[in-house]
Amino acid sequence: MSENAEDNAVSIPAQSDGAAKGAAKGATLTKDVAPGETLLKVTGLQKHFPIRKGLLQRQVGAVRAVDGIDFEVRAGETLGVVGESGCGKSTMGRLITRLLEPTAGKVEFEGRDITHLGVSGMRPMRRDVQMIFQDPYSSLNPRHTIGTIIGAPFKLQGVEPEGGVKKEVQRLLSVVGLNPEHYNRYPHEFSGGQRQRIGIARALALNPKLVVADEPVSALDVSIQAQVVNLLDDLQQELGLTYVIIAHDLSVVRHVSDRIAVMYLGKIVELADRESLYKAPMHPYTKALMSAVPIPDPRRRSAKSERILLKGDVPSPIAPPSGCRFHTRCWKATEICTKQEPPLIELKPGQQVACHHPENAEDQAPQDTVLLSAAKEAVELVAVGTAAELAAAEKASEAAVEETAVEETAVEKSAVEKSSDRPESTDK
Amino acid sequence: MTDLSKSSGAAMTEPVVSDSPAPTAFLEVRDLKVHFPTDDGLVKSVDGLSFTLEKGKTLGIVGESGSGKSVTSLGIMGLHTAGQYGKRKARISGEIWLDGTELLSADPDHVRKLRGREMAMIFQDPLSALHPYYTIGQQIVEAYRIHHDVDKKTAKRRAVEMLDRVGIPQPDKRVDNYPHEFSGGMRQRAMIAMSLVNNPELLIADEPTTALDVTVQAQILDLIRDLQKEFGSAVIIITHDLGVVAELSDDILVMYGGRCIERGPAEKVFYEPRHPYTWGLLGSMPRLDRDQQERLIPVKGSPPSLINIPSGCAFNPRCPYADVPKDNVTRTVRPELSEVGSQHWAACHMTQEERERIWTEEIAPKL
Repeated sequence: MSENAEDNAVSIPAQSDGAAKGAAKGATLTKDVAPGETLLKVTGLQKHFPIRKGLLQRQVGAVRAVDGIDFEVRAGETLGVVGESGCGKSTMGRLITRLLEPTAGKVEFEGRDITHLGVSGMRPMRRDVQMIFQDPYSSLNPRHTIGTIIGAPFKLQGVEPEGGVKKEVQRLLSVVGLNPEHYNRYPHEFSGGQRQRIGIARALALNPKLVVADEPVSALDVSIQAQVVNLLDDLQQELGLTYVIIAHDLSVVRHVSDRIAVMYLGKIVELADRESLYKAPMHPYTKALMSAVPIPDPRRRSAKSERILLKGDVPSPIAPPSGCRFHTRCWKATEICTKQEPPLIELKPGQQVACHHPENAEDQAPQDTVLLSAAKEAVELVAVGTAAELAAAEKASEAAVEETAVEETAVEKSAVEKSSDRPESTDK
Repeated sequence: MTDLSKSSGAAMTEPVVSDSPAPTAFLEVRDLKVHFPTDDGLVKSVDGLSFTLEKGKTLGIVGESGSGKSVTSLGIMGLHTAGQYGKRKARISGEIWLDGTELLSADPDHVRKLRGREMAMIFQDPLSALHPYYTIGQQIVEAYRIHHDVDKKTAKRRAVEMLDRVGIPQPDKRVDNYPHEFSGGMRQRAMIAMSLVNNPELLIADEPTTALDVTVQAQILDLIRDLQKEFGSAVIIITHDLGVVAELSDDILVMYGGRCIERGPAEKVFYEPRHPYTWGLLGSMPRLDRDQQERLIPVKGSPPSLINIPSGCAFNPRCPYADVPKDNVTRTVRPELSEVGSQHWAACHMTQEERERIWTEEIAPKL
């Protein structure tokens, strides 16, 4: 129905006129934070959802969705957040946009503490922090036209854009590659990819400084995913946006991010520049996560030795494991991991990791070499593929130079058997 | 078709005339059409699909949402026409030969006996495919006892054995759990246990890992691969994730707008694709195994509506090369599959030389 609009989307010249205006406008607004400086700072952020039971609704426990995380987002960059479901990445996104009230910790935006601002206190801030949601179907009101949806931020903020709301909305539509004439259409008249563009236009309406995108492309088809990823890329370059992109797809995150935070059970286990993270991951979990991604290359299938297969499931965030939370599934775990929680420290410039025995770096607790007996049993050494296979694999991925050396030794590593004693289905 | 069993098990054949004799392949689908009449018009979900599959081999069916991949799998299982109102809902034509039996014209009771025993299915969302009121064990026992005349005790032993085989810890206790007591990955394992309990010879996995996290996905893919080796079944894996097909499939069939636009051995489809849509899929995907691409190369536009499939080549409105063939042929004539290599077929109007040149000069370097 609106093929033309989608066609325009892919070619940037078609939208450059609108976008240029946007950039000019962005520049006139006060930009307090220069690119590269800290825009958002989070310290010790926690969110515990209480579990209440009984007649008196007494609190009997808590889901520790986010359990003490620290990071900062610099102006102009894209921070990617990855992790498996239940690791707290979406909760984190909702905390920094203050859609949820943090249990503890501090969120600073442009140096201002916004942790406990009320609704009215947050209102001026809302202009600067916007969100793009995962599901383009449920995040648009079916009874409102596109014009109303994208124009809503102006109404709520009492902003009268130059030339009127309608003109501005139409400009935004063309910026995101939709036909401005579709102003009066309803969400159901658009395809998934187009709806996601509408969500993006709404997020951009007030010239935000920070855009938090929670799984912006996971509901879309592969070919449409690429369109939206490219659009986000273009908008960042043209409007100087800062993104926090939350996703579970590691290849998408690598494509869009400058820095990446890996979360596991409410904690950041590794935070590093894209290149360092993907070339030489330090946390065993990061490594396992990346090796689990299926590679679209049938020739690499035989090189199975590259895969680290984690056994079992993520433990419940109601009673996370003591010490390092990953120790129940980690093949490198030792005594210290069960007792002492490793701090997130910078082991290499631009690469922070929370692990006692990191990969690709010096061991943080070398004296503690006694493997848990169970873990020792669980580690299986699998014969490595033939030399030819390895050579082919190495050739295909220049990134894995150091990695293959490590992977030759320990391959199908599995978790400490303890994890099976742990009630794995406590999530219900 | 001569070296069919040698080169690749799930070898492809050209659409065959319908009165041809029973095939030799384990599974052969000929000119399958599944149409759904709706108020808005006829939805041509699958519009002439043919392929063959041998035992012990895996066929990957790839496509975007609405390309007809799931409808194909339900069609093979005979689930469109099952039930009281089935005949009114779907119009199915063509032939599906499973081990020498034609399923579409067969007696529904006979198909019912085959379903679950000869052919089984793993669904995308295990939570909605498992019954919440019954324990995992009861459901597996039911599936087993329908096809085997055994008492409950034996069947339950079999259920425990299957749960153990798919890697569920403490299977003797877990067998009495309800689906909600399992995590997502374990539910999918339980589903797999249920579908394999009768040792089916054909296993259809419809997006088996889409609802799962990557680490769990890796476990499940590994499991499917191992089980296939063990049982020697034929597997059809349906997915939109090219990574998953590359991991598992011997052959790949790419669907677009209800038709197959390219099929062939996995290696060929990934390294010498001969259809612009396959190029588009490969270009749209960020890849972990390559250096960072500057930009993705998306396919413009969006997938076609199955009610108004574009005339000519269904992909022509989105195809950057639609004007390469002369006389506007892409918009008027529907291209048929033609052989572009050994066991490799593609449906495109461009000449093979043109496609080879575009792939090697324009597309491959950018990927």
